[in-house]
Amino acid sequence: MHSSALLLFELGAIVLGLGLLGAVSVRFGFSPIPLYLLAGLAFGQGGLVPLATSDAFISAGAEIGVILLLFTLGLEYTTTELVTTLRRSAPVGLVDLVLNAAPGVAAGFLLGWGPIAAVVLGGVTYVTSSGITAKLLGDLDWIGHRETPVVLSLLVLEDLAMIAYLPILAALLVGTGPLDAAATLGVAAVAVTVVLVVSLRFGRRVESFLHSPSEEVLLLKVFGTTLLVAGAAQSLQVSAAVGAFLVGVVLSGPVAHTAHTLITPLRDLFAAVFFVFFGFSTNPADLPPVAAIAALLAAAGILTKLATGWIAASRAGIGPIGRARAGAALIPRGEFNIVIAGLAVAANVHPDLGALAAAYVLILAITGPLAARAAEPLARLVRQRHDGA
Amino acid sequence: MDVERTTLPGIGLRHTFTSERGRRIAVISHRSGHRDVVIYDRADPDTATETVSLSRDEADGMAELLATSRVEERLAELSRQAEGLTSEQIAITTGSPYDGRTLGDTGARSRTGASIVAVVRNGEVIASPRPDFRFRGGDVVVVVGTADGTAAVAEILTDG
Repeated sequence: MHSSALLLFELGAIVLGLGLLGAVSVRFGFSPIPLYLLAGLAFGQGGLVPLATSDAFISAGAEIGVILLLFTLGLEYTTTELVTTLRRSAPVGLVDLVLNAAPGVAAGFLLGWGPIAAVVLGGVTYVTSSGITAKLLGDLDWIGHRETPVVLSLLVLEDLAMIAYLPILAALLVGTGPLDAAATLGVAAVAVTVVLVVSLRFGRRVESFLHSPSEEVLLLKVFGTTLLVAGAAQSLQVSAAVGAFLVGVVLSGPVAHTAHTLITPLRDLFAAVFFVFFGFSTNPADLPPVAAIAALLAAAGILTKLATGWIAASRAGIGPIGRARAGAALIPRGEFNIVIAGLAVAANVHPDLGALAAAYVLILAITGPLAARAAEPLARLVRQRHDGA
Repeated sequence: MDVERTTLPGIGLRHTFTSERGRRIAVISHRSGHRDVVIYDRADPDTATETVSLSRDEADGMAELLATSRVEERLAELSRQAEGLTSEQIAITTGSPYDGRTLGDTGARSRTGASIVAVVRNGEVIASPRPDFRFRGGDVVVVVGTADGTAAVAEILTDG
């Protein structure tokens, strides 16, 4: 068969397959991310039906997927929101970081995978999936609950932590030595500061440059700018993802709103490609050996997020049931854990790392939303028992 | 009324207050423009028992319904002040000289310049009563005019 025809066949089959899996996830009301990962596992190296020709396209698509994921995440928050949240809830954010990165870091050292793997795993166990959690809050009608601002601030702080974490990780993965790493971090810090100042002072001008009454023009301008900044960030070794996130942060107001509606379908497409790509690069045969470790990490991850939510909510003066809900809402892991693991896999940190991260996210992306649904009835039951006794 | 304002990063704003009778109510303003009205549990103030999602138009409509009467009151007040007119409500007591006599008998408009624009009887408003309208004890007469004029009408109705 002609190679371009084969490429179209493979891509069509993959994307259609993802659509069908997405339909299943919508039907049962959970995140499609684990299904995408499984699909990637099935089609990748050592999978059921290995594909050959579309690899280059898929890997480029995956790159764009990461960039768009981070860009839309940045769009969610305005600079003022980020700054005020940082000022108000920094201590809780620190509790979140320490409690949830600890199991990953410990696992990295206990398995003897070395300090860089420990940093990667710390990131993988730390970040809550803001995508899954935000959707969960909406689906369960939890937005009105009093602890919701606490949950949302934690998500914001995690994203801010990612701005610092990703360049550090990028520097470590390049591994050229402590001096170069320090230089990279310096560049990252300067870049982040410049972007935040620009967005606070000149946000209007950036918007009026990007603004256009034509949605088509706006889409192309915003998408192009995001890719350019991501590329610039990558060439400074700050990580393309951080660049894209910062572009999202700078945009606010009507431009951000329109950009969000325009970019979301693109993001959904490329993000799905990204998850498949990650599944591709993981050999299913590697999963069983790490399954036990992943399960242990997942159990730890559930407990540490529950504790984080509990502490954060009680600090805000919220009762036990609200505290349980806050903890449960934070359990899901998803897109960014895979983004972090993806960076590490690309740098060949450890052969089993991708499989471990995939298994971890598979477990928590599915059990997280279930735990959230169970949290409130369980908390009420416990309280009744307690009151009765 | 104390309104607590909380930002919901990525979603919008939440305004919360507690009513005099102790119910917690919140309005969530989503960035997309739609609004949620949230009612909290009586026993557990952290838990939202009811969340009603309103579109932009519905939210405007509801706000109008809640605010209408007060807006009208204020408008009436404003127009009265603007024109230098005042309105006064004067009760016809059972012993009043005009208990049983007609509106025309008072000669209020020609004597004072103020007009009797309405009479409230048994909770019902009789607008623009005619000169042959007969007063009864318990009526409340609504007079519009200058401050001096309405005072003079009050004097006529009570003292003759």
